[in-house]
Amino acid sequence: MSILIDKNTKVLVQGLTGKTGTFHTEQALAYHGTQMVGGIHPKKGGSTWEGSGGTNLPIFASVAEGKDVTGANASVIYVPPSGAAAAILEAIEAEIPLIVCITEGIPVADMIKVKARLDKSSSRLIGPNCPGVLTPDECKIGIMPGSIFKKGSVGVLSRSGTLTYEAVFQTTNEGLGQTTAVGIGGDPVKGTEFIDMLEMFLADDETKSIIMIGEIGGSAEEDAAQFLIDEARKGRKKPMVGFIAGRTAPEGRTMGHAGAVISGGKGGADDKIAAMEAAGIRVSPSPARLGTTLVEVLKG
Amino acid sequence: MNIHEYQAKALLKGFGAPVAEGVAIFSADEAEAAAKSLPGPLYVVKSQIHAGGRGKGKFKELGPDAKGGVRLAFSIDEAKAHAKEMLGNTLVTKQTGDAGKVVNRLYIEDGADIERELYLSILVDRTVGQVAFVVSTEGGMDIEAVAHDTPDKIITVAIDPETGVTAADLAKLNAALELSGDAAKDGETLFPILYKAFVEKDMALLEVNPLIVMKSGRLRVLDAKVSFDNNALFRHDDIVALRDLTEEDAKEIEASKYDLAYVALDGNIGCMVNGAGLAMATMDIIKLYGQEPANFLDVGGGATTEKVTAAFKIITADPAVKGILVNIFGGIMKCDVIAEGVIAAVKEVGLKVPLVVRLEGTNVELGKKIINESGLNVISADDLDDAAQKIVAAVKGA
Repeated sequence: MSILIDKNTKVLVQGLTGKTGTFHTEQALAYHGTQMVGGIHPKKGGSTWEGSGGTNLPIFASVAEGKDVTGANASVIYVPPSGAAAAILEAIEAEIPLIVCITEGIPVADMIKVKARLDKSSSRLIGPNCPGVLTPDECKIGIMPGSIFKKGSVGVLSRSGTLTYEAVFQTTNEGLGQTTAVGIGGDPVKGTEFIDMLEMFLADDETKSIIMIGEIGGSAEEDAAQFLIDEARKGRKKPMVGFIAGRTAPEGRTMGHAGAVISGGKGGADDKIAAMEAAGIRVSPSPARLGTTLVEVLKG
Repeated sequence: MNIHEYQAKALLKGFGAPVAEGVAIFSADEAEAAAKSLPGPLYVVKSQIHAGGRGKGKFKELGPDAKGGVRLAFSIDEAKAHAKEMLGNTLVTKQTGDAGKVVNRLYIEDGADIERELYLSILVDRTVGQVAFVVSTEGGMDIEAVAHDTPDKIITVAIDPETGVTAADLAKLNAALELSGDAAKDGETLFPILYKAFVEKDMALLEVNPLIVMKSGRLRVLDAKVSFDNNALFRHDDIVALRDLTEEDAKEIEASKYDLAYVALDGNIGCMVNGAGLAMATMDIIKLYGQEPANFLDVGGGATTEKVTAAFKIITADPAVKGILVNIFGGIMKCDVIAEGVIAAVKEVGLKVPLVVRLEGTNVELGKKIINESGLNVISADDLDDAAQKIVAAVKGA
């Protein structure tokens, strides 16, 4: 099993006709035939997108229409920041079950509005400002490099894109492979936090261990640690390795990701690491040793 | 993006918030006219720098007994004297670091009779994904200390974006700040005004410390610190016009021209990385092996050769840099593009310090080939641990 997506996932692309959307859709099609079923463009409905790999996709004027025609159950968003929130809202309105927003740089105020609607809907949003979701050999939504993945047993969960790749690459090299990798994104207000994904990984039989990568800013790691402690009391527990980026980050400075900032003395790496260790996660001091640390943990 | 106090107050005044009359000046000659235009007889002369702790701050050039960065004046002559002493000098506060900041602007403001000092800020509460008021009766002091020592004295009221500030929210805020009578009525007007300003202008933080109850029983915004969501600046040309480049690091300004996420730090190993998380992790691993990073630099996912060249130039222009670590995990970013960018930059600006390059991911073999065949003195690394150890060793050996 996997979480969120598998070979049956049908994906619409909002922002397909742009350069980024086109490039990553071609990559997704080439990745074990991910079912990309159409694109959305308000003014180009009825036209056809021609991929360089020989696949053509229909363009629909709205997400609702695209969903009706194709039976899509997921949407990926490559729309530029100024229009991305509206794109998410459109997908929510169309009741798309899984929405993955790759776009970086969406104003926080827009995401607050999105979150208010999202909370009242049945949709799940991953991101924004994230690399997407990938289930090895089945489905790739977003911008993760497919070549480093291997079907296996580790659930990978991260606020950072490239650190997700590190974790994936290292677990592939150790022969463990992944069930699914999820990048939840680096923004302060986002669709999905660690807890929801941990719940899914704990529930997934094929996920035997989890790597969770956090970074400075906010308290999502502390919340996740508390969740894991509560679940462990109920007897639900899996071996976990963690990492927190930003131990050396100065207070008050935003470190690339809009959400990566220590403010008012809160959101620092040390508190997060302490909380994760208290929850039984082995926190690696080096991002280069995620895979080897997990192997050690699994040996017991 | 940050703005000065006087700019923040003008902005809030535009939304109808009660602020004192005041005039910003850029030279001591302007002090007399500025003070004369105010009601008096009490004036406050305030240093305008992008850092807190100004009142308790000290000027480097003045003696230890000299007054701080925010001064009271009981006459126009005294205001003039303060202005002369403060302008052009370097104010060191607990937020500026030892280098301090040169005071190029002053704000001369009408004084107020203070009955009580309160704390109010508006920010994005990440745990609920909503805008929230954070208030305390313990105003005028370091709010982090209050939060640490007496956390129950800090009250948070999150606002539902679909309703805005409700009557119930107002009642909570007034109760939390122990406001009654005219002050409570002022609060009912002021809180929605501040919320509106925060949302309409895409602020990241609006901090009023202190918010005062005057002897007259009315509320006034005595200090204001405002910063904005950089991601929303595209829709606020009026706010962008308030940017004061003299408050920013020259390297950071240069980096922003190329859309590079760059933060200057105090160490001596320059870093160029793709991805914010990996860039932070690269800093951390340098520290783990005993050295300090000179910067945070995320070249982003779609970097071109030009962008990589620009990034490399910014790093090498920093005289503190004694070694450079390039760490790329190519996903969207192709390793050969990075390699070409690095080679182009080295050929253009020269290479006077050790350079370690670690490439992984898309087109990694091609990238390594380009580096190896360049004939340049570049140290290759296999993984991040290897890379960090190599650059730390190279810097120590130099």
